[in-house]
Amino acid sequence: MIKISIIKTENLTYVYGEKTPFEHTAVDNVSIDIDEGEFVGVIGHTGSGKSTLIQHFNGLLKATSGRIFIDNEELLWEDKKKLREMRFKVGLVFQYPEYQLFEETVYKDISFGPKNMGLDDDEIDRRIKETARLVGLDESILEKSPFELSGGQKRRVAIAGVMAMEPKVLILDEPTAGLDPKGRDRILGQIKEYHEEKKNTVMLVSHSMEDVAKNATKILVMNNSKLFCYDTPVNVFKRAEELEGMGLSVPQVTRVFNRLKAMGLPFNDDVYTVEYAKKIIMKMLDKQK
Amino acid sequence: MIKDITIGQFFPGKSIVHRLDPRMKIILTGIYIVLLFLAKSIFALLVGIIFMIGAFIISQIPIRLMLKSIKPIVPIIIFTAVLNLFFITTGELLFQFWIIKITTDGVKTSVFMVVRIICLIIGTSLLTYTTSPIALTDAIERILSPLKKIRVPVHELSMMMTIALRFIPTLIEETDKIMSAQKARGADMETGSLIKRAKALIPILIPLFVSAFRRAEELAMAMECRCYHGGEGRTRLKQLCTAPRDFAALFVTALFLIGVIIINRIFS
Repeated sequence: MIKISIIKTENLTYVYGEKTPFEHTAVDNVSIDIDEGEFVGVIGHTGSGKSTLIQHFNGLLKATSGRIFIDNEELLWEDKKKLREMRFKVGLVFQYPEYQLFEETVYKDISFGPKNMGLDDDEIDRRIKETARLVGLDESILEKSPFELSGGQKRRVAIAGVMAMEPKVLILDEPTAGLDPKGRDRILGQIKEYHEEKKNTVMLVSHSMEDVAKNATKILVMNNSKLFCYDTPVNVFKRAEELEGMGLSVPQVTRVFNRLKAMGLPFNDDVYTVEYAKKIIMKMLDKQK
Repeated sequence: MIKDITIGQFFPGKSIVHRLDPRMKIILTGIYIVLLFLAKSIFALLVGIIFMIGAFIISQIPIRLMLKSIKPIVPIIIFTAVLNLFFITTGELLFQFWIIKITTDGVKTSVFMVVRIICLIIGTSLLTYTTSPIALTDAIERILSPLKKIRVPVHELSMMMTIALRFIPTLIEETDKIMSAQKARGADMETGSLIKRAKALIPILIPLFVSAFRRAEELAMAMECRCYHGGEGRTRLKQLCTAPRDFAALFVTALFLIGVIIINRIFS
């Protein structure tokens, strides 16, 4: 498979409040190359610069220095029209996106993005129906006011609003914050389904190693405004000690297996999902029989 | 762009100006305003300027901030200057073009008015630079407390002011967030006709209203949970008390006021 770069940054740096006493470098010299079709998990402790980094990808923040390429085109702030077009390529779902809902009906709210893109009504209708299905919203909900819905439903409407723009890259900033475990699994499942169906790039910012481990094909770790690493989950979770040193953890299964390995059992360090753990334990038990 | 709005522009510090009783600072600001309006000539105004600069130096507020406070009123300053320049026709004629006449009196008055407005803004902004909004509303409550006798709800008003001030930065932050979110959905707020731009505000204002109401409800609930029931019988964490330095400041300000009156006499 040929790998096509979708997001590329070169020495991206962003400084908050430049030339004031509150100056603070939020993103420090980050160079990264993300291929099309990946499911990227973005992790890092609070204030590590991950939210700031992703806001650069659709031109909401202007880099203090460095360059950004989206789909092999440089993102330039000077050309506002072009910038807006670039924004349609990279869809960004913010934290607590339900607070951005404003229309009278769910249908109208989801159509806000596609309408801004200048699509015709039939296409908008098709996209709304499709994304509503993807995020598991019933058609009867489409005519309701978004303010009558439950928290989880609102969140899914907001995510659908960005998905309907069919961006080449969908970035979600902690889409599961503040939801119960069931709602969390549901949204993550739908995001995964979207990724598999559309084959688009997805970036998921999360605190939960389990969520990231389960879905991601690549993991991006930010630490103290710097890029710590960008690699496959196996290679990232191999560095368990370093991750723990920066206040992050590895998935619980990985921790269990690392301990088992330390106790002398013959495991590799590539266990990071429960399913895989089950498989290799079963295999081992079979062997012993 | 949205961060330039300077409300709650308190600049923390430990200078003597910061430590003055906020009630006294309000009174002193009042005297300062009277002083500026009493001044009849540019020389008298000079006394006001000296007072203002002196106060700024003592308060250790950076000059950058002092100039920043004038920025929003530049249009008013220009408007005043132009109005005085063109509509005062007494005095020696300096320049004439079509119906526009510029005279020495016009120039003098417009310079005088502009200096006065600048002094007014910079001087009064010193009050908000050196006093935290909370201290300020507290002081206003105390100054207005005699009005309680005629059933003016002074405490409630000042509580509302305190809350309003407290939530300005929060709402600004919230607006920023909502704006980013809608921009990410392709909202276009920078181009188009005036009507189009006004319409583009709807996706920002509605979520903002909704969240403001939500916050208000949550705050009311939290206050009630902590047994807030209005001003009656309420004691304070920070008692306001006057110190000798307050009266010293009053004395100095009064001297400047007298100075202005004397200069007015001399030059009239």
